[in-house]
Amino acid sequence: MRNLVILGAGTAGTMMANHLVKKLPKKEWNIHIVDQYKTHYYQPGFLFLPFDIYTEDQVKKVGKKFIPNGVEYIQQKIDRIDSENNLVQLENGVLSYDILIIATGSKIAPDEVEGMNGPEWQKSIFDFYTYEGAVALRDKLRDFNKGKVVVHVTEMPIKCPVAPLEFAFLADSYFEKKGIRKDVEITYVTPLSGAFTKEYTSKTLGYLLEEKNIKLVPDFAIERVDYENNKIVDYIDQEVDYDLLVTVPTNMGDEVIERSGLGDDLNFVPTHPNTLQSTENENIFVIGDATNVPASKAGSVAHFQAETLTDNILLYINNKPLKEEFDGHANCFIETGNNKALLIDFNYEQEPVTGTFPIAGIGPLRLLKESIFNHWGKLAFRWIYWNMLLKGIAIPFVSRNLSLKGKNIKN
Amino acid sequence: MIKEITNVQINVNDEGYLTDFSQWTKEIGEEIAGEHGITLTDKHWEVIDYIQQQVASNKPLSIRGIKKSGVIDIKSFYALFPGGPLKVSTKIAGVPKPKSCI
Repeated sequence: MRNLVILGAGTAGTMMANHLVKKLPKKEWNIHIVDQYKTHYYQPGFLFLPFDIYTEDQVKKVGKKFIPNGVEYIQQKIDRIDSENNLVQLENGVLSYDILIIATGSKIAPDEVEGMNGPEWQKSIFDFYTYEGAVALRDKLRDFNKGKVVVHVTEMPIKCPVAPLEFAFLADSYFEKKGIRKDVEITYVTPLSGAFTKEYTSKTLGYLLEEKNIKLVPDFAIERVDYENNKIVDYIDQEVDYDLLVTVPTNMGDEVIERSGLGDDLNFVPTHPNTLQSTENENIFVIGDATNVPASKAGSVAHFQAETLTDNILLYINNKPLKEEFDGHANCFIETGNNKALLIDFNYEQEPVTGTFPIAGIGPLRLLKESIFNHWGKLAFRWIYWNMLLKGIAIPFVSRNLSLKGKNIKN
Repeated sequence: MIKEITNVQINVNDEGYLTDFSQWTKEIGEEIAGEHGITLTDKHWEVIDYIQQQVASNKPLSIRGIKKSGVIDIKSFYALFPGGPLKVSTKIAGVPKPKSCI
């Protein structure tokens, strides 16, 4: 018997377990998946929790439910990957592997910025990238009546790069609905050169911030949070005052990657951008947020990667050359508030453009254009996530590689 | 978009960033620096070299990353490339500025 070990039972790891259990001969392969946590979170829902659009129950389920029969679910902390000896050291015990899939994700690291994870954490400084953070922020917002809300990105890359912008848009709608928008100032602070950084998107979506009266502070590289005086300070002593700071801290790969010496400065694992094989070890593959590939860190990306990676694992087992197939394909809904959303579909090479999706010329979804239908799409996605995506079921009409059909490429 | 620098034609985007790094030369770097009122010194070149290496190996560029790299301290980095050091230094280095997905 040979062993395939998946580290992490989040979106990417769970999908790989579901794909591989159908493909690997049971008589030859054992599949193990390791994750220390019991709960599987629907992370896109963390955007809606703070605004009371989703409840706690809608964003979490017992993870075990999604691990198929035939895969052994090991609920333990991973101590270290010993890639020289093909072993994974667990808190209690050790696993040997013939093939390892790293799907340990990325998480926030608020300790990376001075003053962020201090006495004001979850009092006036919040994240919404964790369940606990999103719930604490919801409670804070329920009683928030007036003042300066600063939505802030520490540094790139981050998981779901549009989420902070969506948060600012939804905050505008939320305060509007509460009848206190005039008493709340919303500022979006980014280390990048603007809220939109792609040539075509800047042209077509630039109106959104102005329309929603959201102030923009670009090129802001945070040095510290001065929590005693309620302001963030950058390296050239620019300051932005806040009453409520909603920040996206530095995102990093899991500490186990650092402990195992397998990551870069941010603990992301160097990975071939098209095959998803680790660049260091040929029997290690990496998927989802844990990689260093220049694709967005998003569930849709993990879904497209999973299809390519499943094929490549089988090719690897059969000693055949891997497919250089993954193209960085991402497909994301972007909430713009007032029950509208945008949809973007892009990859390593092709930036988001307008068009129709998934059926060229028909839609029903519209790319890079606000519509109520797109918003319904985003809400429907929660059902798709739990019932199709995690189970490794292909989404109808949406292929793993980006399709140029229905896209207005020349604009 | 085509731009002519030092009698050579190069491809740039709307904001003046090279779209094809293979067209980059030191002279082009100097010319773009000049447009930003910067005269390149050895320290500038050291930073530009680091930036080009990061991009070539697919590593993200951030101010904090530069601080950690030890190539230069952050205050000097801002002083060398006034007006947004990453924005300006990447343009001179002939690589894309740090971007998000939209």
